Amino acid sequence: MTTFPQLIPGLRPASGSSDPAGTEAAIVVTDLHKRYGSFRAVDGVELVIPAGQVFALLGPNGAGKTTTVEILQGFRSRDAGAVRVLGVDPASGGRRWRARIGVVPQSTGCYDDLTVREVVQHFASLYPAPLPAAQVIDMVGLSGKARARAAQLSGGQQRRLDVAVGVVGDPDLIFLDEPTTGLDPVARREAWDLVRFFADRGTTTLLTTHYLEEAQALATEAAVIVAGRVIDHGPVHDIGHAATAPTRISFTLPAGAGRADFAAWPDFSADAPPGIALFVTDRPTATLGRILDWSTRHRLGELADLQVHRPTLEDSYLSLLHAHAASSPEEQR
Amino acid sequence: MTAPSVRSIPGVVAAGRARAGVELRAAFRNKQALVFTMLFPVLMLVILGSIFSGEIGDTGVDFKQVFIAGIVAAGVMSVAFSGLAISIALERDRGLLRRLGATPMPRSAYFVGKVVRVAVTVVLETAVLLTLAVALFHLPLPSDAGRWVTLAWVLVLGTVCCALLAIAYSSLIPNAAAAAAIVTPPFIALQFISGVFFPFGQLPHWMQTVASFFPLSWMAKGFRSVFLPDSFARTEPTGLWEHGHIALVLGLWTVAMLVVTLLTFRWKSSRVR
Repeated sequence: MTTFPQLIPGLRPASGSSDPAGTEAAIVVTDLHKRYGSFRAVDGVELVIPAGQVFALLGPNGAGKTTTVEILQGFRSRDAGAVRVLGVDPASGGRRWRARIGVVPQSTGCYDDLTVREVVQHFASLYPAPLPAAQVIDMVGLSGKARARAAQLSGGQQRRLDVAVGVVGDPDLIFLDEPTTGLDPVARREAWDLVRFFADRGTTTLLTTHYLEEAQALATEAAVIVAGRVIDHGPVHDIGHAATAPTRISFTLPAGAGRADFAAWPDFSADAPPGIALFVTDRPTATLGRILDWSTRHRLGELADLQVHRPTLEDSYLSLLHAHAASSPEEQR
Repeated sequence: MTAPSVRSIPGVVAAGRARAGVELRAAFRNKQALVFTMLFPVLMLVILGSIFSGEIGDTGVDFKQVFIAGIVAAGVMSVAFSGLAISIALERDRGLLRRLGATPMPRSAYFVGKVVRVAVTVVLETAVLLTLAVALFHLPLPSDAGRWVTLAWVLVLGTVCCALLAIAYSSLIPNAAAAAAIVTPPFIALQFISGVFFPFGQLPHWMQTVASFFPLSWMAKGFRSVFLPDSFARTEPTGLWEHGHIALVLGLWTVAMLVVTLLTFRWKSSRVR
């Protein structure tokens, strides 16, 4: 891998990485395009994923996440753009490159007639320096099922076996495509612990997920893909910053007050159930001040059900998706 | 976590051995699939063997024995073509191929494993068929070493040819549910036109011509030359056993299907994400 550092100039070193070789970007994607017929599945994606980091790729279904990830894994050809994964173009990635990569695809694999231990041992035997199979089985929480046939596992257990198969080669880079979809909350926490285990070893992880909560729990940086483009990219707690959702203030209208009282207020929203006053505002303190003035003036005392709802990250993310959908409806298939 | 050297990645021998081990374990553990693959030719042998009788023309040969030669060929194709094509389609559709394709396994190791599994199953299938044929229908076993040698090479070449046909053909199967429907009809049609159920020499000319483009009729002919007296060769269209022709046709199919496989084999179904 002597050519690796030279291939990717000027990239940030990973913070807190324990990987001595991992001081460069693990993945660099430049102006990536892929179309199926006239549908642009990937339409100019740009990504830089530092080595040693857990990076989340967020986005709705059909946004181009999986197509992008499959191109990065070498399973799909691209129409245009440059891609470097661990310093190698995945389109020509050989066996040595594949030995450094772990893949946990979106759909659950099927190993029918073999036991859990046999499946993991078999995949381990295909790698040059695998982790001990028993350790990996233990890490995914399947020790009690090691002798069970894979076909007899529950859906969640099969998913964990999938993760074991993906990581047993002790990769430098792991692709996790929606690893926790269909898992119960306990199994999801275990899967998260596993991601953290590899992150602590300095393994780079590209996590594809629908769940912002998952991205927040695991990733340091994230990108949001919508309609084949990266519409936001940065530290995970800043995602959605570009389209901050407004604050919503609401209370139950007291007797004698009507919506007409607020007709002239610019932040008053008619989009509320009967009997509820709702204000949607980017300046919540000012709006709240006016509401309190109004309440004092009319001697209304305590306002019933007064709520100030600050946008969560989830709201910001959703409003980001909505803003994008509104601005480019022709790209929504 | 230094990059491994090429040498330390398990090569085709180690990975092929690992694949073969897993394939054989799965083959003998999944009794249902094993019985299903083996049972069809065995049932055909027992049922039709009990129905068919009578001398063919004035050859002094009972049709039962012609039929047994044909069913041995059909048995090879059942295991090496139908069984293998369906199992590859299943493994592609269920994402096993995608997972193997993501490992540093040499891709040929997958095919090594499949060929080993098919070879063991074919030997087993042929042994069962011949045992039944000898016990139930008094089939005389090959009378000299030359015939045993013919049995061996037709078996080996027929198996390899059908296995490569299966690997190439599996690309036409869009998903697991469609596998049996896409694999079985051509196999059954080939059995009818290739002289498995009827004496090949008595089939319409055009049928003989069509069948002569496919491997099954040549495999059946090869096995007829093993189990039937040399005088029976005069019922063949050319009046000869044509061993050279058999080897040539099976060999050409093998090479052609290898090329098709290299050009079209997909490690990932479009449905698998």
